[in-house]
Amino acid sequence: MEALWSHLPALQIVIPLLGGVLVALVRRGSLAFALTLVVSWVLPVVSGLLLYQVLSTGPISYALGGWPPPWGIEYRVDVLNAFVLMLVSAIGAIIMPFARRSVALEVGERRSAWFYCMYLMCLAGLLGVAITGDAFNAFVFLEISSLSTYVLIALGRDRRALVAAFRYLIMGTIGATFYVIGVGLLYVLTGSLNMVDIAQRLAVAPPEQARAMVAALAFLTVGISLKLALFPLHSWLPGAYAYAPSWATVFLSATATKVAIYLLVRFLFSIFGGALDLRSLPVAEILIALSVAAMFIASFIAVYQSNLKRMLAYSSLAQIGYMMLGIGIANQAALTGGLVHLVNHAIMKAALFMAMGSLFYRVGTVRLTEIAGIGRKMPLTMGAFVVAGLGIIGTPGTAGFISKWYLAVGALDRGWWVLVFLLVASSLISVLYIGRVIEMAWFRPAADGLAEAKDPPLSMLLPLLLLAAATIYFGIDTRLTAGIAGEAAQFLLGGLR
Amino acid sequence: MTAFAASDTLPLLAVLVPLLGALLIPLFHRAPNLREAVTLLTAAILLVIVVQLLPPVMDGARPGAMLIEAAPGLSIALRVEPLGMLFALVASVLWIVNSIYSIGYMRAHDEPRQTSFYVCFAIALGSTMGIAFADNLFTLFLFYEALTLCTFPLVTHKQSPEAMRAGRLYLLLLLGTSMLLLLPAIIGTWVLAGTTTFTPGGILAGKASPLAIGFLLALYAFGIGKAALMPVHFWLPAAMVAPTPVSALLHAVAVVKAGVFSVVKVIVYVFGLETLTLSGGNEWLIYVGCASLLLASLIALTRDNLKARLAFSTVSQLAYVVVGAALAGPAGVIGSGLQIATHAAGKITLFFCAGAIYVASHKTEVSEMAGLGRKMPITMIAFLIGSLSIIGLPPFGGMWSKWALAMGALDAGYATVVAVLMISSLLSVAYLLPVVARAFFLPPPAEPEAHGELGEHGMHQGAHSGEHSGEHSGEHAAAAAKSGLQEAPVACLIALCATALLCLVLFFQADRIEALLQGIFIAP
Repeated sequence: MEALWSHLPALQIVIPLLGGVLVALVRRGSLAFALTLVVSWVLPVVSGLLLYQVLSTGPISYALGGWPPPWGIEYRVDVLNAFVLMLVSAIGAIIMPFARRSVALEVGERRSAWFYCMYLMCLAGLLGVAITGDAFNAFVFLEISSLSTYVLIALGRDRRALVAAFRYLIMGTIGATFYVIGVGLLYVLTGSLNMVDIAQRLAVAPPEQARAMVAALAFLTVGISLKLALFPLHSWLPGAYAYAPSWATVFLSATATKVAIYLLVRFLFSIFGGALDLRSLPVAEILIALSVAAMFIASFIAVYQSNLKRMLAYSSLAQIGYMMLGIGIANQAALTGGLVHLVNHAIMKAALFMAMGSLFYRVGTVRLTEIAGIGRKMPLTMGAFVVAGLGIIGTPGTAGFISKWYLAVGALDRGWWVLVFLLVASSLISVLYIGRVIEMAWFRPAADGLAEAKDPPLSMLLPLLLLAAATIYFGIDTRLTAGIAGEAAQFLLGGLR
Repeated sequence: MTAFAASDTLPLLAVLVPLLGALLIPLFHRAPNLREAVTLLTAAILLVIVVQLLPPVMDGARPGAMLIEAAPGLSIALRVEPLGMLFALVASVLWIVNSIYSIGYMRAHDEPRQTSFYVCFAIALGSTMGIAFADNLFTLFLFYEALTLCTFPLVTHKQSPEAMRAGRLYLLLLLGTSMLLLLPAIIGTWVLAGTTTFTPGGILAGKASPLAIGFLLALYAFGIGKAALMPVHFWLPAAMVAPTPVSALLHAVAVVKAGVFSVVKVIVYVFGLETLTLSGGNEWLIYVGCASLLLASLIALTRDNLKARLAFSTVSQLAYVVVGAALAGPAGVIGSGLQIATHAAGKITLFFCAGAIYVASHKTEVSEMAGLGRKMPITMIAFLIGSLSIIGLPPFGGMWSKWALAMGALDAGYATVVAVLMISSLLSVAYLLPVVARAFFLPPPAEPEAHGELGEHGMHQGAHSGEHSGEHSGEHAAAAAKSGLQEAPVACLIALCATALLCLVLFFQADRIEALLQGIFIAP
């Protein structure tokens, strides 16, 4: 037991990776699902233990293969990435039961084993990005997750899924290239790939290297921003989310962009923060400007979508704007708000996309005009949609409000009144696109084709209701979310120059 | 000691009981009588709870408790103070009356979706209790938004395109003002003062510059859109498409009252009367309030549709409350409190009457109501009583609130405000009394053969189902043709007589309300 305890960081990655290989050998969809379910349910236990360990005894360093850092690959877990690991694995565990019927319907029994294999690879990749303390190793994991994501998207039923996947492939590869160039520049500067080591070496670097450092920062920021779909580098995301199998969208929207945001935070605060005076560079201004643009433009586009998955995808872009805003403002309250929104948005958006998955499962469509009156036919599903939608709007008493509150307090601490108004104004636009769906679903007589519709089976309904309940719960009790995010923010800001 | 602890949980119970009722109501979906019994029982229990709170609050206690702290500045806490006590009392009394009226009205109209109607109504009352007993800005905001959301299905009850348009306006204007202005105001208050708890004497003293105070006051005054201060009043006339019991909820029981209550509460417990007077940040609000008061009265004069006329009358009467609070003196605040109570009783009577007229004779325009007094004498007398109370004539409650507001204006040295109040009272005479005069003194329009046909027509419509909820039932028309009397269903009559009586009772009980409100200014 003691031995296992010290190897927890490795287990976090090895379990899904081996699970993926095992699932690849299985042909039957149901067996593959069972294996994936077991893996998905073990992972949050591991990350829960890691989080507990970090909160009680401080950061953990794990030398992979016994090679001490900075020579070997180091897995390094602190409050920030323990938080992200917990988020990814918990979401994966909660939404897993939903997958069986949804994937069987949309991907087909024959290919679902492949689907689950790719899912586990993707999960391993995302967890790997979050856990590793090595800049190049992060690239490897980033590519593992990206490549498997391309497959997950391409398995969508709609033929347009292929185009969406291809588009993501191109954009994702460009992003990865930028990332590697950035890491390469850092390697030239410091001769190291270990993040902690790089940070220490950069901090004492001679001033004439500052220009190269800024170049590395620029490459990394752009590369990761492509992966996290920061406006205007977002063009791959709406199509990908709209045409991927419903359950894949649930998973990706809740986790993939969040991990990319984590990586950016890691580079900005833990690596460059100690070496460069970020406040003298226009990084914050650019991030804030792009975030505000995302909040408004993406929200406006969302209002005009008739495909609801696409609408929610644009809503995600706007919500990514909120998270990046917190990173741009970069004080205690705002950074807490940005980080806590990683969790809050994951919960709410997963619930919304699951509601869409349930709709598709029962009525075979997610077009706004075809779901008139569906609320009375699928009351629990659409009830959960309303609750999670209120969360996205940021109604008090929901998780979304907590994020917004912290962000606004952070902006006001800086004296930026205008930003506070922009923040609340953009959330007003979400009233429009969420309200449109609610009005159509609840306040119209039922359409003819929907007479047979009813709530989905329990395996799909329970995860949905659980996350809807979590939207309320984390709007009232925020010790687990804002509490830990606050500690992470403090930790990050403490490392700033 | 135990008694004290018990009263601390009462505010929470007052919030939870209606919500519990909302959970129970759908269980009796198929048994309308039981379903309505649940509503009435819930309303009765709520009233008992609220009345229980009155003696300790009168004695200077402030029962309540902190429930949850979500984050710094975001805690849910309930505490009863005199203003909230009064508001809760008004709302819970009127809920019972309104429920009785609803039963008569909704059944006479054979309205669809009655179960969700009663559910939303109960949730609205729970939210109202939360607003009344909120101990800090976040709790207030939480229940304020909840009230907006749960009344949306009520406003759009008919689900006609017109109702949906009105509903959208209602939702966007109320959510828009509260998110765009009220939320930044709350955040600003938190950042400036470091607390959001309502405290006697205010929390901003010495924490904010006069300019910041004026700015925050503007954010609050317009951010609390439910107060319908011009120019954010559009939603209120638009929302009259809702069924009459909902109009009564909006205009008297909960919604607009929650708005002006919140304004008064913020002025008294966040700004503090002294701080506000010293900063001079209140002066503009007095003038804006006065302008709103006069303009709305003038617009009311021009409206022929009875409900629209009453809606603008409400906008005007709400401005009285805002002006009273903006005067930032104890007398003005007491006047505001009295106005909340007396206007509620008066306006709910008027709306009940408008609804009764609609149910019984399907008339909506004032110009059509000539001679109606002979067919509906009880309704029209109640309408007269409500009107007199709104105008501010004795022996009805409205007189005392107008009196106290005028005193408050003189105290604060605003003689012009007194003049404005007088002019507005005259205007309300001009827009309310003609309705009654027409009904009693003008002959009914000649209705030859068409009458019987209309009755039959109505019968067909009734048979066609509730889509045409506006059609009065054929039996009524037939009965009317025989007896000459054409009153609304008994449940409606009971309700409107009860509220008319309440206007009278308030005249004699005003001193007790005043004594309650004096408690605001006595340091515990």
